[in-house]
This record gives sequence, structure tokens and C-alpha cells, in this order.
Amino acid sequence: MHIMEGFLPPAHALAWTVAAAPFVVIGGRTLARLAAERPEARLTLAAGAAFAFVLSALKLPSVTGSCSHPTGTGLGGILFGPSAMAVLGTVVLLFQALLLAHGGLTTLGANAFSMAIVGPWVAWSVYHGLKRLGAGPSVAVFAAAALGDLAAYGVTSLQLALAHPDALGGVGAAFAKFAGIFALTQVPLAIAEGLLTVVAITLRAPRLGPEAGR
Amino acid sequence: MSRRDMVLLALAALLIAAPLIVPPTGAEFQGSDGQAQALIEETGYRPWFAPFWQPPSKEVESLIFAAQAALGAGLLGYVIGRCHAAPPASPPLPIRKPSGPFARRGRRDAD
Repeated sequence: MHIMEGFLPPAHALAWTVAAAPFVVIGGRTLARLAAERPEARLTLAAGAAFAFVLSALKLPSVTGSCSHPTGTGLGGILFGPSAMAVLGTVVLLFQALLLAHGGLTTLGANAFSMAIVGPWVAWSVYHGLKRLGAGPSVAVFAAAALGDLAAYGVTSLQLALAHPDALGGVGAAFAKFAGIFALTQVPLAIAEGLLTVVAITLRAPRLGPEAGR
Repeated sequence: MSRRDMVLLALAALLIAAPLIVPPTGAEFQGSDGQAQALIEETGYRPWFAPFWQPPSKEVESLIFAAQAALGAGLLGYVIGRCHAAPPASPPLPIRKPSGPFARRGRRDAD
């Protein structure tokens, strides 16, 4: 799902980098503060980063007959908030851009914006919104991780549509085309990510759930 | 691991395995990002920047992907193990009262 190196025109690549940069800088401060003030949160931060690392390495087959991979950034968004996840998600993207030629440096800002920023923010909002509405922790975690994953792909489709509008139908038609490639493929993977996130959270702190060790 | 967790893991595995067991017609299981890339190249767009380094073969690429997954899984396993080894009362850590000359800033009501 990463936008490949050079596939956004320079102006778009720059704009997304500028848009993502403040989130990553503020996230860096949040991360440093969390690690310094609450040493017990370091393990939770490590779990969030590790989960994103594993899940984004797995290219999974889907019902559409193509493959894509989950983002794994929802867990961190739920456990310690989306701010710190912006940094951890960007580190994962940088690893894949430099060592795997998967994604790229010019598209790092755009990919960070979708996977490391929008995904965790959506997951965090859905989790707390559902909790407030009285949903159980597992249902809230599942919906948060699955919707965060789907949201990331929605943003990717929009980024590509803005950069490569359809000759006839413009941005709207291009969005429909890109979302057609990504969204349907992503639905079963997002559900799988939701299930895995629930398991990861209960395994980490069986009795306490997502609120433990924040 | 509770029975519920095992059921959830099995469901996730089934969800991923299903397209392989009953492949949709014409399924090639190419990457969806590659499909998007092809769609963009159809419009005549050519990428203006190339990666500095690419894995020289599929084998080396799968090595790095496997290493990435192994690193993440190892760290995740370590964290889960640590959380279970901790005494039951410890996860929501009690607030320690600051003491001594090197105490970091504590809560005001702790004095």
C-alpha cells in the first residue's frame, strides 16, 4: 500500500512531507516525555512499535486475488495515544524505504501521513468514542484497529487521486479507481488486524486490558 | 492464552487462508500497490526519483521482510513475557513518593 518512490510529483511529495512533519516532531517530544517520566510505559511503547513492525512485514492474500499488508499502527494509537505512534510508524516506513525499496524517501511524508498519523488517530478516536458509548473494551479495540487500517488506505487512495486525477472524471473518478484497488482488498485484512490487535492487548495484560501501564 | 484468544487467532488465520483455499477467478495475488503503480504508469506518468538501493533479488527481499517480522515478533514476545512475569499488582504502578535530594518532581499532594 505504500506509495512507491517517485510516484508523487515533487509538489505533492513536498506538501505531504510538510503536513506530516509537525506530527512527527511533536510525537518525538511526546515519546521522549513518556519514556522519561514513566519508565514503566517503555514496555508498552516497545509493544506498539513491535506490532507495527511485524504486521507491516506481512503481505497477505485477499478475496480480490491480490495482496496487501496491514498497518499495525492501531495498537499503539489505542495503548499510548496517536502522537507517539507518528514517530514509531515513521521509523517502520523508513526501514522499509531504505532496506526494501518499499515506499520511498520522496513519498515518506505521504505514507507517514496515512499510516503513522491518520491510522492511529482514527483508531484512538474510535476506541474512545465507542468506550464512551458503553462498548466493551474488546469490541472497541477491534473496531478501532480495523477502521484505523481502512482509513490509512482511504488516505492513500486520496493522495494518489489528488496527484493523478483522471483525465475525464478528475479527482473523484481517480479516487474511485484507487479505492477500488485498495479498499476491497483491504477489508478482510483490516478485520484480521482488528482480531490480532484484540489478542495482542489481552495477551499483554489479560486482566487489565488496554488501560494497563499507560 | 484464553480460549477466546485462540478462537480469534484461528478466525484471523482462516480469513487470510480462505482466498488461497478457494482462489477467486483469475487470482494472481500480486501486490495491490503494484496494481496502483501500473494504473499510474498507464497515464504516462514516470517516477522522477528512484530508490538508492534495492534488494538485488526476490530471495534477498524475502530475507529482509522475514528479518523485519522476526525482530518485531521477538520484541513483542519479550514484552508479553515481561508483563506476565510481573507480580499481579504491578501493572498500574503505585505513585512513588519523591524522596532524597535526587527526587524528580513529584505530586504536590504527596508531601
